[in-house]
Amino acid sequence: MPDSNNINVEFTLNGNPISIDVAPRDRLLDTLRYALDLTGAKEGCGEGECGACTVYLDGVPANSCLIPTYQVSGRAIDTIESIPADALSDMLASGATQCGACTPGVVMTACWLKRHPELLKTHTVRELMAGNLCRCTGYDGIIDGITDGCQSNYDRGNAS
Amino acid sequence: MRRIERDYPIASVGGDIGLPADDPECPARGNTERTEFGRVAMGAVLDMLEEAKDLDSPTPRWVQSIGNQRGVGSQPTSTLMHCPDERPSARSPSSCKPDASRRQSKRADQPAPEVCVQRLEGISKLTGRERYVDDLPFDDALWGMTVRTRVPRGRIRQIKFGSAVDWAEFVVVDHRDIPGPNEVFLIERDQPVLAADYTRHMHEPVVLIAHPDREMCRRAVADVQIIVDEEPPALDYRLPAGPEQIQRNNDNLFKVLKIEKGNTERALEQAAHVVEGLYETGAQEHVYIENQGMIAWVEDGVVVTKGSMQCPYYVVNALKHALNRDESQVRVIQTPTGGGFGGKEDYPSNLALHAALLALKANRPVKIIYDRPEDMAATTKRHPAQTRHRTGFDSDGKLVAQHIDVTMDGGAYVTLSPVVLSRGIIHAAGPYACDNVLIDGRAVLTNAVPFGAFRGFGAPQTLFALERHMDVCAAQLGIDPIELRRINLIRDGQTTATGQVINDGTDRTAVLDQAAQAIRFREKQRAHESFNATEPYLRRGVGLACFWHGAGFTGSGEVALKSRLRVQGHADGRVEILSSSTEMGQGTWTVFTQIAAEHLGIAPADIIITTPDTSRVPNSGPTVASRTAMVVGRLVERACDDLRQSLGLDNATRGEAVTAAIRAWHNTNADQSLFGEAQYEKPPGINWDDDTYEGDAYGTYGWATYAAEVEIDLRTYTARVIDFVAVQEIGKVLNNTLARGQIQGGVAQGIGWALLEECKWELGGMKNCQLTNYIIPTSADLPPIRVAFLENAYAHGAQGAKGIGELPMDGPGPAIANAIADAIGVHANIIPLTPERIMGMMDQTHA
Ligand code: FES
Ligand code: FES
Repeated sequence: MPDSNNINVEFTLNGNPISIDVAPRDRLLDTLRYALDLTGAKEGCGEGECGACTVYLDGVPANSCLIPTYQVSGRAIDTIESIPADALSDMLASGATQCGACTPGVVMTACWLKRHPELLKTHTVRELMAGNLCRCTGYDGIIDGITDGCQSNYDRGNAS
Repeated sequence: MRRIERDYPIASVGGDIGLPADDPECPARGNTERTEFGRVAMGAVLDMLEEAKDLDSPTPRWVQSIGNQRGVGSQPTSTLMHCPDERPSARSPSSCKPDASRRQSKRADQPAPEVCVQRLEGISKLTGRERYVDDLPFDDALWGMTVRTRVPRGRIRQIKFGSAVDWAEFVVVDHRDIPGPNEVFLIERDQPVLAADYTRHMHEPVVLIAHPDREMCRRAVADVQIIVDEEPPALDYRLPAGPEQIQRNNDNLFKVLKIEKGNTERALEQAAHVVEGLYETGAQEHVYIENQGMIAWVEDGVVVTKGSMQCPYYVVNALKHALNRDESQVRVIQTPTGGGFGGKEDYPSNLALHAALLALKANRPVKIIYDRPEDMAATTKRHPAQTRHRTGFDSDGKLVAQHIDVTMDGGAYVTLSPVVLSRGIIHAAGPYACDNVLIDGRAVLTNAVPFGAFRGFGAPQTLFALERHMDVCAAQLGIDPIELRRINLIRDGQTTATGQVINDGTDRTAVLDQAAQAIRFREKQRAHESFNATEPYLRRGVGLACFWHGAGFTGSGEVALKSRLRVQGHADGRVEILSSSTEMGQGTWTVFTQIAAEHLGIAPADIIITTPDTSRVPNSGPTVASRTAMVVGRLVERACDDLRQSLGLDNATRGEAVTAAIRAWHNTNADQSLFGEAQYEKPPGINWDDDTYEGDAYGTYGWATYAAEVEIDLRTYTARVIDFVAVQEIGKVLNNTLARGQIQGGVAQGIGWALLEECKWELGGMKNCQLTNYIIPTSADLPPIRVAFLENAYAHGAQGAKGIGELPMDGPGPAIANAIADAIGVHANIIPLTPERIMGMMDQTHA
């Protein structure tokens, strides 16, 4: 609906500048999904519990259901649509996805974690993934996919 | 349970990955079988299997695999982990395409464990490209929403529309807009599509609203008031209904069932020991991560509904009935479905009707997407149940009599309660032999939101009671709990409670022994003794549960369904599978593709499968009851045979010869369609009597033993599972990754049901309709779930498969309750064993 209270926001989305009018109540999740047709991020709970709506806010995973869109003005948002398929073969092989509803969020956190291996000095993978609920896999497939990925990074690192 | 905040401290140290081996919170800590990542050390597994081989049990034809890993260990794994289709056999290896589908070896010096066909839609799910119902672009669609009564029982006197919104902007539907009978077509037709003048539960839908703006819909829903003359609700299924609470017949009973074998009363009188117990299990919410949703529109006079569902033909039947249309005037299309677990078996019929009624009136597409609170409040859940056991043993610990009494809360409408009760009582006596069994079951009407299908379908409830009771019996008889089970496990040639002769060649004792070995039951018992004596605040225990799960529809269900399936040979030589069986995460597409590819000897890439559209696919029966791979998969094989027959080929013809023949057929029959078809045929020798509840309740059963180790913190009364082993015989494993995933996911749901997931009730409605206070397990709440399959091919299942999906829900509850009883000596007869409940039990025990 056209709304006279609409606010214009400019931010970086998957590396490209974007300008869009939003209502003050619009959540980033809705703007992405319904206004920009980036439907990868899902709504599982709408209250910051499930992580299905995970995007990167300035490079850090965040629940887009909890972020009013107008607040991301000037910030960088990256969504699951920015993740290349070839980064995900370990997770495919390990059975990290079943129904796929949690998966975009899981992948966002997992990819971030793989880029920050130093976190594993202080936290377990199971702890780091605890913000993404999955009802299908029992998490083993997800954890295996991440540790396999870390392992192959590790192997590559050692080899070079 | 704790959730981890996202603002992790990011250490500035670069370099190698640090492993959290000594993290005090790592669930794997202190468990010698695990390596740093919580994996099972392969050496230990090999040792265990060696030990297991020393037992008189595993027969050579069983292929075994254990552990949740796929070979990133230091030992060769190819002998353990297997891809069934990779074994040397008469089958062509062509379904395992070496290029695309094989898992790449991580290190050159290790043999790569094989994966037959990787999840077909896996990459599109991982990259977020899969389009679920709420992801579909519909520019001109209206949003639909539902007004509910909020009163558990009473006569609807008035509906008041307020003045907060301009009602001229809205499409409004009530029961008067229903063209046909105001009934949701299911087993019975007692549930109205929209309540007309009476409400039987809190979330009964009365009025539907549609508007282009979702927020406006929300405002409008809040602007409707439903005035109800309240009547006394029946809210506790465990108590007999008072006269003023009676709403069905004279007893509020939906269904009463009985199984009788031998003379139980007399056997109980003569038994050396009689042990009694009362057990209870709570409701459980499915929490599929994709909420329910449906879009409806009218196209050339046909009502089309498209959405998240398990059973497209249930929806077809519901639309036909209430919209008063014949089958050619309704069309149902499944969208990729983000989990079901039974929760999308029957409820999508209600939702499709709601969306269709709005679309018919609006003459525009209407989209109803529940948010989480509405989904949790209004849709079905697992039936709460109470089970009483009275069990007789002879002086050697042999079962001589089982009297089992099961009561289930059915909620406000019949939905699937009669069949849930049926599966529940058939499983109630468990995988044991006993000559005298009497099982009484009833499903009771209450004014709670209707209960429905949930993975396991009544069996987890009765098996919780049985397997917790077996430990109670063992303690009273002074017999070791594993030994008591071993004495009584059913052997080939013996009969179940319904008189079915079990004769499948499965060594059930081996399943039990392997689980006990794998969790190191005896060693842990000894280790816990000293641990519990020295630790001030922590207590550990170990427990197991032995169980079975019937695969496919109960009794004559499959015969009544007459499921059909088609394959179509396309002009380019590819073969499409046309089936109403749905993919909802469990792997239908992948497994069907694998079955067809292997059966025809063609590459998986030459098989087409997509979301069912009832204008194209026949009714293959609902996607429930662990029947898809086994029963419908067999139809895939037979339809492929039929296709070959239409081409004049024999069943030995495979590969390029088949695709060439398909192309040649199209060359001579331009613009025509080539099909192969199959319809369910009852395997010979299976007989069931619905009136006496006697005979072959299921074509076959999966057999399993699950074992759990728990740790309880006496400061918080929190129990957590620190090790879990799931050993099962499920016929042939068709796809190792998918099968393991089914077991691990089911076990996780079972652990949630046992420890965390509690529906809080108020006037028959769920109060905690949020993921904030209805707690499902996170990754940090679970240990690695170690899985082993023993294989014994089932002659009538596709490629020897039995059902697998529901089985893993049955074992965790009792195994965990037994482990908690072992650790702290409480009775643990009710789940979920939340901290509050454990505290109460400990206070009682120590009072
Ligand atoms: S939808 Fe955002 S956390 Fe669940
Ligand atoms: S794959 Fe279904 S919720 Fe995670």
